[in-house]
Amino acid sequence: MTFKKIREKFVESIIYISGTFTTLAVLFIIVFLFKEGSGIFQKTALEEGYSLAVNKFNPVTKLSPEEIKGIIEGEYTNWNQLRGNNDSVYIFTLSDIESNFTEEELGAEFEHLNQKISEYIEANTGVLAFFPSKYLDSTLTKINVDKITLASIIKGRDWYPTANPAPQLGALPIVLGSIMVSLGAILIALPLGVIVAIFLAEIAGETLKNSIKTVIELLAGIPSVVYGFFGLVVLVPFVQQIFDIPVGETALSGSILLALISLPTIISLSEDAISSAPQELKNASLALGANRLQTIFGVTLPYASSGIISASILGIGRAFGETMAVLMVTGNSAIMPKTFLEPVRTITATIAAELGEAPTGGIHYEALFILGTFLFIFTFSVNLIAEFFAQKRHS
Amino acid sequence: MKKQILLYSFALLAFFSAVAQPIKIKGSDTMLPLMQLEIEAYMKRNPVQLNVTGGGSGVGITSLLEGSVDIAMSSRELKMAEKLKFEEKGLKLSVLAIANDALSVIVNPQNPIKQLTREQMEDIFTGKITNWKDVGGDDMKIVVYTRESSSGTYEFMKDHVMSKKEFTKTAISSSATAAIVYATSQTKGAIGYVGIAYVEPIVKAISVSYDGGQKYIAPTFNNAFNKTYPITRPLFILYPLEKEKTVKPFIDFLFTVYGQKLVTHKGYIPLK
Repeated sequence: MTFKKIREKFVESIIYISGTFTTLAVLFIIVFLFKEGSGIFQKTALEEGYSLAVNKFNPVTKLSPEEIKGIIEGEYTNWNQLRGNNDSVYIFTLSDIESNFTEEELGAEFEHLNQKISEYIEANTGVLAFFPSKYLDSTLTKINVDKITLASIIKGRDWYPTANPAPQLGALPIVLGSIMVSLGAILIALPLGVIVAIFLAEIAGETLKNSIKTVIELLAGIPSVVYGFFGLVVLVPFVQQIFDIPVGETALSGSILLALISLPTIISLSEDAISSAPQELKNASLALGANRLQTIFGVTLPYASSGIISASILGIGRAFGETMAVLMVTGNSAIMPKTFLEPVRTITATIAAELGEAPTGGIHYEALFILGTFLFIFTFSVNLIAEFFAQKRHS
Repeated sequence: MKKQILLYSFALLAFFSAVAQPIKIKGSDTMLPLMQLEIEAYMKRNPVQLNVTGGGSGVGITSLLEGSVDIAMSSRELKMAEKLKFEEKGLKLSVLAIANDALSVIVNPQNPIKQLTREQMEDIFTGKITNWKDVGGDDMKIVVYTRESSSGTYEFMKDHVMSKKEFTKTAISSSATAAIVYATSQTKGAIGYVGIAYVEPIVKAISVSYDGGQKYIAPTFNNAFNKTYPITRPLFILYPLEKEKTVKPFIDFLFTVYGQKLVTHKGYIPLK
């Protein structure tokens, strides 16, 4: 008796501990995600530890990240385009040090570096100097660069996170890219999935049903990188030929592939919902003279509708979070998506492709974590909505 | 008896840990396949343990700075900012080029274009020119393929071909070199760039001119070897002078006839 009690207590505590542990782990991951990302809002859109300085006669005191990029790319060549004097812009960075000064001038341990930089900046009126802050003396005129805000990330349309000296962190094309590819996927997968589910639940015989279910389970078991490989070699050239477009790596290719990947989820959940329609309801419909098809569309589907909706929403969530397959077939260009026949870049592909080399704790690293929080918020709300519809079905 | 065995095994362990401290090499992914081949060949002849990992040139240099590796591989020269950091730490470095690498600009074999100037390439890769007819080809949209921004090859292209400008937003980016070769072979209007070792007959490598179109040089092994081909870069190894004693025998091996033969074998350009 006591032994049984002890065993019961033991099992109970194991269940309790693992539950607590899992909850804590999930909470930890969420807190970590937001903590790593939030550091970015204390920073300016300049490479870490760097500052911009100009000649003391230059009236310009403020530049936006876009303007800095424009200067580097040669879009702005004169300060009068940037609210300044009529004087051409001249960029001065660490890589120009060696061509302007000899090693003797700098000293064996670079001890004269600060002084030389200051002299150079004060001697050239059009200079825009970009240096680690400690090499710029406090007497120099510094340029203010705006702090990064959530709005600037969400609204920005340029994603050049490694641009030097001012990274461009506009995530709008990437977020829209993700939404577009997932929506496309669900538009393809939902009708197909529901039709297959109806067939399985209402029409197919026992043997046929079992063999189709096996195939669908197989579909769910294929790793997404294999889907991606298939997409790259088969689907991409196919899309390119059918639509006669310059490139086959498009949002459409991604959508088709994601539709394939989310089909098993949609089919099995919809089938559950459809088979749970009570036999009495269907019998009543048949007794009133409706044929089988009328019964399916008039009685069974409306009954199962909330279940089908929650299945499709979960399917969207699955598609939105999928990484490898989209990375391989969507082309990954961070442009504002306009049609399904152009390359897009998704949130997941961006994180997967860039996190590996982004220096830990840097602006690029934190920007990727911000993208991660977007992803988390989206899938979390999608799951909440699906849960809401599932609840409705049960009540 | 048992005590003795224990004692012996401890002695053995101490002996091995004293002798077999492996030499750690880290850095450029471009150089990784070459270095793997070199250390394999070297370890066959010498009772020394070496291990090599990739991660990118910047990662290798940072690890060297932190002292967690003995040798760093880099496919670019040290940046001024990095030099200053080594200076701050009081580490004196030895920087040696062990081989060269050439970048080929590739197009689809059906594309009649055979040559481009550097200025034309800059305009194509930055998105200023979007149709092949503007550089003397067919009326066909240009599709730019590029590596992801983490790649050293991407940085090299930006610095040496594109005057440090950014790639066009419409460029299709791929995280693997082989994927660029494959896509270029499939897409008629494609243009991409890969290391000379990756060029295959399914794509066409074009000649480039760095003097405004007077002389076009083809990216062949010989042109890269005698340095007439302009888009070449040295591949460096770096080590702190204080570790010279441990790493010198291996470094010397890299410069032997056999070590340089392995360079050619992997598709890179040997020093001489």
